Amino acid sequence: MCLAVPSKIVSIDHEFCTATVDTMGVSREANLALVENNVEVGDWVLVHIGIAMSKIDAEEALRTLELHEELLLSSDIQENDPDGKSTSDDG
Amino acid sequence: MADRILLAHGSGGLENQCLIRDIFVAGFENHILSTMDDAAVVNIGTLAVSTDSYTVDPLFFSGGDIGKLAVAGTTNDVSMRGARPLYLTVAFIIEEGFEIDLLKKIVASMASELQTIGVQVITGDTKVVPKGAVDKIIINTTGIGELVCDCAVSHIQTGDQLIVSGPIAEHGACIFAAREEISVHGLRSDCRSLWPGIESLLNKKLHIHAMRDATRGGLSAVLNEWAEQSHHLIHIVENQVPISTPVSGFCEMLGIDPFTLACEGTFVLSVAEQDCQSTLEVLHQAGYPHAALIGTVMEKHAHPHVILQSDYGTERLMEYPSGEILPRIC
Amino acid sequence: MGSQPLTTDKLYSGYRNPDIIRAYSHKIHQAAQDLDRPVNIMEVCGGHTFSIVKYGLDQLVPDSIRFIHGPGCPVCVLPQHRIDASIALASMEDTILVTLGDMIKIPGSRTSLQHARAEGRDVRFVYTPLDAIKIATENPHKKVIYFAIGFETTTPMTALLIEQSRQLKVNNLFFHINHVLVPPAIELILQQGGHIDAFIGPGHVTTITGTGIYEPFALQHHKPVVISGFEPIDVLDAVLKILLQLCDNKAIVENCYSRSAKPEGNLKAQALVSKYFETREDFIWRGIGTIENSAMKLRDEYVEIDAEQQFSRYCPRATQEKTSGCLCGQILMGHAQPKDCALFGKGCTPSSPQGSCMVSNEGACAAYYRYRRY
Repeated sequence: MCLAVPSKIVSIDHEFCTATVDTMGVSREANLALVENNVEVGDWVLVHIGIAMSKIDAEEALRTLELHEELLLSSDIQENDPDGKSTSDDG
Repeated sequence: MADRILLAHGSGGLENQCLIRDIFVAGFENHILSTMDDAAVVNIGTLAVSTDSYTVDPLFFSGGDIGKLAVAGTTNDVSMRGARPLYLTVAFIIEEGFEIDLLKKIVASMASELQTIGVQVITGDTKVVPKGAVDKIIINTTGIGELVCDCAVSHIQTGDQLIVSGPIAEHGACIFAAREEISVHGLRSDCRSLWPGIESLLNKKLHIHAMRDATRGGLSAVLNEWAEQSHHLIHIVENQVPISTPVSGFCEMLGIDPFTLACEGTFVLSVAEQDCQSTLEVLHQAGYPHAALIGTVMEKHAHPHVILQSDYGTERLMEYPSGEILPRIC
Repeated sequence: MGSQPLTTDKLYSGYRNPDIIRAYSHKIHQAAQDLDRPVNIMEVCGGHTFSIVKYGLDQLVPDSIRFIHGPGCPVCVLPQHRIDASIALASMEDTILVTLGDMIKIPGSRTSLQHARAEGRDVRFVYTPLDAIKIATENPHKKVIYFAIGFETTTPMTALLIEQSRQLKVNNLFFHINHVLVPPAIELILQQGGHIDAFIGPGHVTTITGTGIYEPFALQHHKPVVISGFEPIDVLDAVLKILLQLCDNKAIVENCYSRSAKPEGNLKAQALVSKYFETREDFIWRGIGTIENSAMKLRDEYVEIDAEQQFSRYCPRATQEKTSGCLCGQILMGHAQPKDCALFGKGCTPSSPQGSCMVSNEGACAAYYRYRRY
């Protein structure tokens, strides 16, 4: 349920409580009423049906990514590839 | 002349004559059309003929307009059959009250697109219908070309390599955004005539078995139709399919599958394996810098379908487009 | 921390990195081996079902791990009489029915909104509910009815629409509320003996509600709940954490989606929801049946904008669902898989769905049909 995508705040219109946000290079309007006072230009928000539902915690995002990287380093997947599912793209 | 199309413009009288002479004949000027006989007479070899009708909202969009689309769309279908497009017939169905200036802009855009591919309009028709009977304007075009190289689905073989000429879903995403009034920037239709590029390919005498432009239904429709019509399994490597970042972003945002969004200047080729590399090289030179090998035609199969492989080894079906494309919340 | 800034690429591709996906797959195989017993994991949210099937995540875990696709698709679980209500409302004179795209194909007892629109009803599918204000303002002589759907994630968006329409004094906009709640559905599944060992918690619901709503499932039912985002690595990370909890005989609520979901949730959204909504006594879920306190309705003081109250004579009464030999109920409870159903892909397809799981992209059967038919 509930498709929501990370988008970066490009500018804020305080009068109407809206922002222009950038989703992977596509810019669009998003309503900020549910995250007001909490966000500024350059922040990331999660946008659901045109409305920002939360601010993305950049520190947490980076921290989790680091944990994932660590997991990668700690595993030797080359030899232990389950079911031989490692790809060899035929490109 | 009035600034809007009236029913009188379609009634066969003086206004009708003026419209034809001042806008259409003037815009599409050539000696066959200028005779203004009841039928055009042309003389060519083995014909490839294709017809299509165009209705698009909005009429003018980033990267094109309904006129450019009506020329490129139909001549592209002729080109895809391995034929050089030569002539076009054009029929306009116009809603009463349509602005004449817009009509002129559309005709000018058609004329300019015709010029880039050297195609002539040889006959045409205009109907004006009461307000509300159509949405602004519908254009029907029929393209006539001369067969150069026999490209057809029936020639697809096991082992053929599948190439896409450029980033997919550009037209669909652009029109979708404009029509739904979703204010997004960074999207542009790929609408363009394919003949110049196709001509360079055909000149090289490469073993191109089939070509199809990925219009309505997008890449997914082409590949699923090919699988079904040729009875072959098709295998596609997902991360090889070129998709621009804004289109990816747009699709992420609305939960739409980019494989099902239309292109209007992007096509798929099924090429004999030995000519795959040369085909890519020609395409890269001929204005398709992002042309890429995306997959392979596999063995014949009782239930032919398209398999999409992720870059971590999982597989799923490339679904056949179905239903209206709408943003989803889920 | 924070040595490198966050980028778009990291937020998307970072969580889809193929090497990391393979590494997680490997870890999951190891953990499953240690655990050495079959595990049924229910992903409650249809978004997770979609991710699992689309990315093929079930192909990356051993056979001993089975994903049970939960009732987390808000339109799949809407009973027929409420779909019928949307069509009945759209058929009133001088009325525009506004809703989200997910509703278009959902079949009621006789027809769907796309057919109603083809028959000349004014049905509009909007990208954002806030567009309803524009439609109402542009059509002052018509009744505009917003048919609201969704789980806890989407309820605040409807509340915001109500708040803004009241501030702008839009007086021709009405609301038909069909917002449903996750915890009562999980509770029912557990009470009825669903074969579930652990839950993947819906990240976006949690972003609004906070993590507390899952505590009873860990504390009272001793089921691990791991809250997850929707990228492949998010989901695999959650699966691994579930296996590790099971290995340690633990059952706690863990949050793998800390970049968005916070323990307290979005307080502003919660306040707005409770300003306008209260819990319904019960609500019928398609394929499951009546669940107490499992949906929201407008508070009594907003009766004048409540389409269910104002146009009650047009809205059909609740009826028992017709069952057509479909296994949706069993699938939602974890007792069956889509392909176990005799109707799957034959009498029941996304273009002519029989049961709730086939009606929307997120339904388990529809997801299987799209990506796993062969």
